[in-house]
Amino acid sequence: MTRVGTVALNTFREAVRDRVLYNLVFFALVMIATAILVGQISVGIEQIVIVTLGLSAISIIGLLISVFIGVGLVSKEIEKRTLYALLAKPLRRWEFIFGKFAGLALTLTVNTAAMSVGLFLALFYVKHSIERADTAVLVAVYFILLKLTLVVALAMLFSCFTTPLLAILFTAGLYIAGLFVHEMRHMQAGTIDPALGGLLRGISYVLPNFENFDVMGAAAHGRVISGMLIAQNTIYAALYCAIVLAVAMAIFSQRNLK
Amino acid sequence: MAEPAIDIENLTKDYPYGFLQLKKRRSLENLTMQVQAGEVFGFLGPNGAGKSTTIKLLMRLIFPTAGSARILGKPLSDIAMHRDIGYLPEQPYFYDYLTAEELLDYFARFHDFSAEDRRERVQRMLKRVGLESAGRIQLRKYSKGMLQRVGLAQAILHDPAVVVLDEPMSGLDPVGRREVRDIILELKKQGKTVLFSTHILTDAEMLCDRVGVIVGGKLQGVGAPSELVGLKTQGMEILFELPASGATAGDLLAQATRTGDRYRLQIEESGLYVAMEQLHTAGARIMSVTQVKPSLEEYFMHLVAADRAQAAAVEVRTK
Repeated sequence: MTRVGTVALNTFREAVRDRVLYNLVFFALVMIATAILVGQISVGIEQIVIVTLGLSAISIIGLLISVFIGVGLVSKEIEKRTLYALLAKPLRRWEFIFGKFAGLALTLTVNTAAMSVGLFLALFYVKHSIERADTAVLVAVYFILLKLTLVVALAMLFSCFTTPLLAILFTAGLYIAGLFVHEMRHMQAGTIDPALGGLLRGISYVLPNFENFDVMGAAAHGRVISGMLIAQNTIYAALYCAIVLAVAMAIFSQRNLK
Repeated sequence: MAEPAIDIENLTKDYPYGFLQLKKRRSLENLTMQVQAGEVFGFLGPNGAGKSTTIKLLMRLIFPTAGSARILGKPLSDIAMHRDIGYLPEQPYFYDYLTAEELLDYFARFHDFSAEDRRERVQRMLKRVGLESAGRIQLRKYSKGMLQRVGLAQAILHDPAVVVLDEPMSGLDPVGRREVRDIILELKKQGKTVLFSTHILTDAEMLCDRVGVIVGGKLQGVGAPSELVGLKTQGMEILFELPASGATAGDLLAQATRTGDRYRLQIEESGLYVAMEQLHTAGARIMSVTQVKPSLEEYFMHLVAADRAQAAAVEVRTK
């Protein structure tokens, strides 16, 4: 595990030294500042506006980082051949994949945490207090983080066997499809051919269910998010990530590096 | 006989190509060779001959279509074996956001050295490759030659028993090439096994105990450079200067090539003493007398030409 940690820390260092990352964080801070501004002109619904815009910013920025940096984690190393010297060291290929994943997950955690601090500062600025009900915002941030790690795992899987452009398209496609899992499962009878409906239902169970991670509405209205949902989403994300990463590792272990 | 440091048996590699990747191009065919422990082995061949493919197969960067290889008696899949090997990729490129110190420290971590040991090794290696003053500069500011030196440093950082260098002289100026040659000779003195690929034949002649010549994916010959080119001399070469009055050496002068004040004469070995006598009579000053042997370059060019001729013949037959 030391070798995984070494790769992870270097991945984190790369992200920290990458100026693109700072630009994205800057963009997020601008979004939060905008939220404050919009919140001030939205009398009575400041919290809803600030939380919705803030969480959206965290989610969008996180998704951009997850997809673009996630795809580049493996493909850039192959393309630039930085991987060659590394794999000649006593490092297994699966350790490399896991290390890269852990490094980006750590980067996302730090970024999300930094942006969340910005969001809570914005809330405090408008409300002059932070209440117990605001923990729902924290849970929403946690769910965003779970969602992002799942996206990173998918991006890494695709980048293990296809070109960076296709990997981005596949990851984005799967993410969008994963937002409509509920609709796919509950197509009304009569609106669709039963066989096709059955097929869609089957696919919906294989697709990553990103809808489950969306509690933005509840967080904005200060509603309590159940412990059961937190546990369920945590286990779901962990299992799904484990499966996706296992497939990525299996593919990468057999890949010829040209 | 001791176990070879690198033992390659019938190694074959096909690369798929075409839209559906169904066609196959053979890059390496039934390569069998051994590199003995403690020797410097040069792997020679023109571009695209299969040198880098072989080295990548040994480093498990690609996987063989057929055949197998062992390093230090262990199969390539044995991760522990990688503690004892060092590898410099061709035209190395490293994380450009790191400094040389950080990069070497990063690689050293995979060998479980203590922090103090890592620090000491990193400084020692930077000094050894002449980069001690550039250790804290980000690699994105490094020249090609400097990157090559960092690559060499990371390859020998952990004191490996086997060092594999893919075109180590590439991108280096004469000073850099000399330094790499010195490092290879130093590794040999320490009893390390060095396998390096090159298409610069003078380097191979100067450094290698044995060389393997690969052309068109097939090994054409293995042996000491002198064995490969043959010990039979192709004649004698006399280098001499002639005073203005030395016109009596007429016959010999017609055969000689003049460069400035000097003449270079190539003759049969049996005619050496007669020619020397004539030159002496003509008042010539003999500068040197040397045996003319075929060079590794001539041997190499002969193999390349033969391979191209064979490829052309196959092409004609298949048309």
